Amino acid sequence: MPKVIRINMTDLSVRIDEAPAEWAGLGGRALTSTVVAAEVPPTCHPLGPNNKLVFAPGLLSGTAAGNAGRMSAGAKSPLTGTIKESNAGGTCGRMLGRLDIKAIIVEGQPVAANTWYQIRISASGVVIEPEVETVGLNNFAVLESVARRYGEDKGVITVGTAGENMMMISNISTRDPEGKLRSFGRGGLGAVMGSKRVKFITIDQEGTRPVPLVDSAAFKAANMVFTKALKDHPVSGQGLPTYGTAVLVNILHEIGGLPTRNFTSGQCEHHDMISGEHMYDTIVARGGEPTHGCSLGCVIQCSQVYNDKDGKYLTSGFEYETIWAYGADCLIDNLDLIAECDSVMDDLGVDSIETPVMFGVAMEAGILKFGDGVEVLRMLREEIGKATPLGRILGGGTGHVGKTYGVTRVPVVKNQAIPAYDPRSVKGIGVTYATTTQGADHTAGYAVTANVLNVGGKVDPLSNEGQVELSRNLQIATAAIDSTGLCLFIAFPALDIAECLPAAVDMLNARFGGKLTMDDVVGLGKTVLKLEHEFNLAAGIGPEQDRLPEFFELEAIAPHNAKWDMDQKELATFWNF
Amino acid sequence: MWITVRLFANFRENRFKEARRQYPPGTTIADVATELEIDPGLIGMIFIHGRAAELDRVLGEDDVLALFPLLGGG
Repeated sequence: MPKVIRINMTDLSVRIDEAPAEWAGLGGRALTSTVVAAEVPPTCHPLGPNNKLVFAPGLLSGTAAGNAGRMSAGAKSPLTGTIKESNAGGTCGRMLGRLDIKAIIVEGQPVAANTWYQIRISASGVVIEPEVETVGLNNFAVLESVARRYGEDKGVITVGTAGENMMMISNISTRDPEGKLRSFGRGGLGAVMGSKRVKFITIDQEGTRPVPLVDSAAFKAANMVFTKALKDHPVSGQGLPTYGTAVLVNILHEIGGLPTRNFTSGQCEHHDMISGEHMYDTIVARGGEPTHGCSLGCVIQCSQVYNDKDGKYLTSGFEYETIWAYGADCLIDNLDLIAECDSVMDDLGVDSIETPVMFGVAMEAGILKFGDGVEVLRMLREEIGKATPLGRILGGGTGHVGKTYGVTRVPVVKNQAIPAYDPRSVKGIGVTYATTTQGADHTAGYAVTANVLNVGGKVDPLSNEGQVELSRNLQIATAAIDSTGLCLFIAFPALDIAECLPAAVDMLNARFGGKLTMDDVVGLGKTVLKLEHEFNLAAGIGPEQDRLPEFFELEAIAPHNAKWDMDQKELATFWNF
Repeated sequence: MWITVRLFANFRENRFKEARRQYPPGTTIADVATELEIDPGLIGMIFIHGRAAELDRVLGEDDVLALFPLLGGG
């Protein structure tokens, strides 16, 4: 029977229960949000004893399904005050699937403020012990320490010093198959883990067997159809493996949707220096790997290994959003410096969207100069890394820095930084930023597909028409995909190749023996969104917060002279489903 | 007439990043693709001055044409 592990950090007790029958069809985001909505008081302080930190593998985790290596983390977010789900690759989701653990729920809070703990989960049970060695250390040192003490093959979930110091920009990191880091990036979840004084969790899959399948022949057949679709589609089969997500830099520049110099232009002069094409050439010239996966079983392989000038490893998982934010929004025209920032952010455990967007506002505030990547690195290491008073101000995130320094051009929704697509020139993604239950988040309903990329239809990015419906359909589908453990990038083939998504549903049925249809999967997405929305309403995050910052209405952006002009009443129709 | 043509991703291989090129009046985007030996079926995104355009669009003097294969990310 699938298990649920409850770890109470107040009295350091562990309870292992059979998963309730009503959770049978839930995994990933559906399960983390169900638990948070049912068990966390919406008005609680996110860093207090009543918040819960929930980890859940997806429904297909641990199977051989292509691209099923994602796992979800959920809680009430200290950054947004909303419910939060953030998912990452790495090795833990697969291990939890094999261990038949449906969820890990970390509850309560130690009374003694200065005692830290480690948690070790294996087939034989759960151990909670005080942790000393890695306290005050950052993520790469934690991985080394865990490997030395407990073996190289363990899954690891960890916070760096940013999480220990409960900064709003902190994330939770997890070990990938090559011993590097992947992140549950958004919403300050590292602070929630830090508030529970959990430095790291290890997962040991020793002694487990392959995940049982009700119909293994049907599973295999469906997985073949599914992975063929991933390989056949030009985006998932060629573009992403070659250029990674940074291929978007030149596309967004071309259409005037690349937010530049703290969202004051839609185009960036040095776009080619920070483009996916330039990154590919650099990686190949230095003997890195342009094509690389974040988890076992990944078919798309959008990650990469980026080496420095001397051919030594510098970073991996080097994403468009990070490169855009430092490269265009902060005007740093040097990809090596940005790669170093990426590595330092991984080590400290800070969100690679919230942090650089915050620096864009800090630059506008005059704390440092636009384009000064060397000073960004210093501030990451010496201020944020050492939790100095300035470091704590910066560590409070984009909205916090804007308030502290009296900046009005502060790109956040529900206090979470707006990512790499300007909502004035890509209006569909603006609807997603405004309405998603998560605070500004492009992945929640990636309307860039039909607005710009010509995937899943075409909707004019500069017109308001059709954007609410587009965003709604994508948000529903995304909530469902986030519940399966599948990577969101399967949406590119799924939107264009008819047999792709039905094959994923066939895999679910072959795994569990159910009779799910596509309608059921859409229904799951709707249910997840609605329960997240109800949590937010009860937390005091109402419709008046489903909006973009005022400066998007006041300031037209080059080159299309576009403003955000969607009627608030039209936006509110988002929830009509 | 003169057109600025920008190519991206693998369309650049054995071609160019950006070039100013002369075409006769009445030239369509499809004509430019044919001349550059780019299979129109592989074109994912077409922009003129940053706005989406179709293959049969007739180009005008000083148009800036951008051609991308089908790409994505996020």
